[in-house]
Amino acid sequence: MTTFKCHVGIGPTVSGVALVARDNFSARYDLDRINGVFSRPQHALHGQSYKDKILVLNTAKGGVASAWMLHEMKSRGITPKAILFNQANTILMQGAALADLSMCDQFIDGDITTLIKNGQLLEVNPAAGIVTILE
Amino acid sequence: MKLTEEENAMLAGKLGEPLRWAIDHQIKVGTAFDAEDMVPVSQSHMMVDPESVGEPGVLFLEQLAANGAHVQIPMITDPRGVDLDYYHPLGQTEEMANLDRRTIAACEQMGILMTNTCINYQTIMSPAIGDNVAFGDTGVVIYSNSVCGARSNFEGGPSALAAGLTGRTPRYGLHLDKHRLATRRFSVEESPQHLTDWGVLGATIGKMAGSYWEVPVIEGINEAPTSDQLKHMGAAMASFGSTPLFHIVGVTPEAHSLASVGGDALAIEKITAQDLQTTLAAYGSTGDPVDVVVFAAPQLSLIEMSELAALCVGKKFSVPLLVCTSPQVYPDAQRMKLVNAIEDAGGKVLQGTCFYNQYAREIGEANGWTHLLSNSAKIVNILGGYGYQPALASMERCIDSAVAGVIV
Repeated sequence: MTTFKCHVGIGPTVSGVALVARDNFSARYDLDRINGVFSRPQHALHGQSYKDKILVLNTAKGGVASAWMLHEMKSRGITPKAILFNQANTILMQGAALADLSMCDQFIDGDITTLIKNGQLLEVNPAAGIVTILE
Repeated sequence: MKLTEEENAMLAGKLGEPLRWAIDHQIKVGTAFDAEDMVPVSQSHMMVDPESVGEPGVLFLEQLAANGAHVQIPMITDPRGVDLDYYHPLGQTEEMANLDRRTIAACEQMGILMTNTCINYQTIMSPAIGDNVAFGDTGVVIYSNSVCGARSNFEGGPSALAAGLTGRTPRYGLHLDKHRLATRRFSVEESPQHLTDWGVLGATIGKMAGSYWEVPVIEGINEAPTSDQLKHMGAAMASFGSTPLFHIVGVTPEAHSLASVGGDALAIEKITAQDLQTTLAAYGSTGDPVDVVVFAAPQLSLIEMSELAALCVGKKFSVPLLVCTSPQVYPDAQRMKLVNAIEDAGGKVLQGTCFYNQYAREIGEANGWTHLLSNSAKIVNILGGYGYQPALASMERCIDSAVAGVIV
């Protein structure tokens, strides 16, 4: 099995299917949070559902609202299972801490948006800082 | 992380559940960013609008308040989602207003000052150079770091609240000297003129820098900009790039010289007129329809209110025009008859809110607003994801377009 080492992240160990893009992320700017889809027309994942996926993206962008929004999304059960970034910003990590959503960044193997392919089944272990491709 | 005796007591729950939650949250975040310890902060500023917080967030706040949570330092708030004196006409519901009322009650119980503003650096208490603070709202953070020389990360609502409760924040990111040095060096050909031009420059640099961990240093701005100009540039840069800090050589306090922020070793990236035009061209053009005109993001200063009011005299708008200002500016603007001038032309001045966090999707759908025009580069960036086709023009063109009903 292929594993990738990253910085120690936040949240529980989870597994799920990867949804990958070399694009950035903001819950406020990019999502229709009611329907659980990417709603920003310019986003590489526009129109796609993020529910229960493991999002693999470049970095976080935009404002501070995402910190509350991840918690609100989690309470309704319409949320990604985890988010992996090349580099997170402070807001997304803070939001993950409140929501207990799994999040990791800073992969030593390189650009995680090219190392992981769309549709691969992943296990994310934030406490150990390890992401494994299960199949 | 190295914790003090008091912090360990918080973590053990000896000082109550709210402080246990707060310090635990801060340790999780600090660990993810390699913070070695906590740093005391003098102020906290929380974004807590109801669209972002939602019912679960309000319950969380109410629970903290019921458990005796109380802030240890001055803590203030970002714009609200509902102007409680004017929400039915916008298509906002009683449910939205009640969520806001409950948020306010919980915050007040915790001792939070409901300033409801994103221009606290112009109206409340500007932080001093070297001052460690825990500010929310990216526009507030980038201005405070860059123009004031204060030190703050982007603190989302939960983290700003934790800082207010504990009086400290994890020492990482912009609290450290090493993250305040320039990593990208931009050169501009000439200084922007009106506020929208400053926003477009900020947006362009933000897009190019593109990460929280990049620090732009800018050369070629030879006259000291005004606070409003820097406000628009910073807000746009933070919005487009997630950028928390910039330096302008000879203008901002940490950039006495290029070398003082480490910029002399960096390659020059020129920002050309074409680069700025490319940013602007994505947001509407002459002749496009206009459903609503919005002045917000950031809230307008008293000076912007006076400029806007002067442009409104003798005008009659054919489409709705909304202006968002702070509760601190509003009474002055009312006393000076600036509010009258705007509203006599058919506009509406809201206080303590900002359009994009006023349930922008819902009020757009309720009013049939798709084509939104603004002079704020920040707001046009945000609203694309809310179902709008946003357009950008100067304050003067926005006013003329509000009269014509199309972009002029």
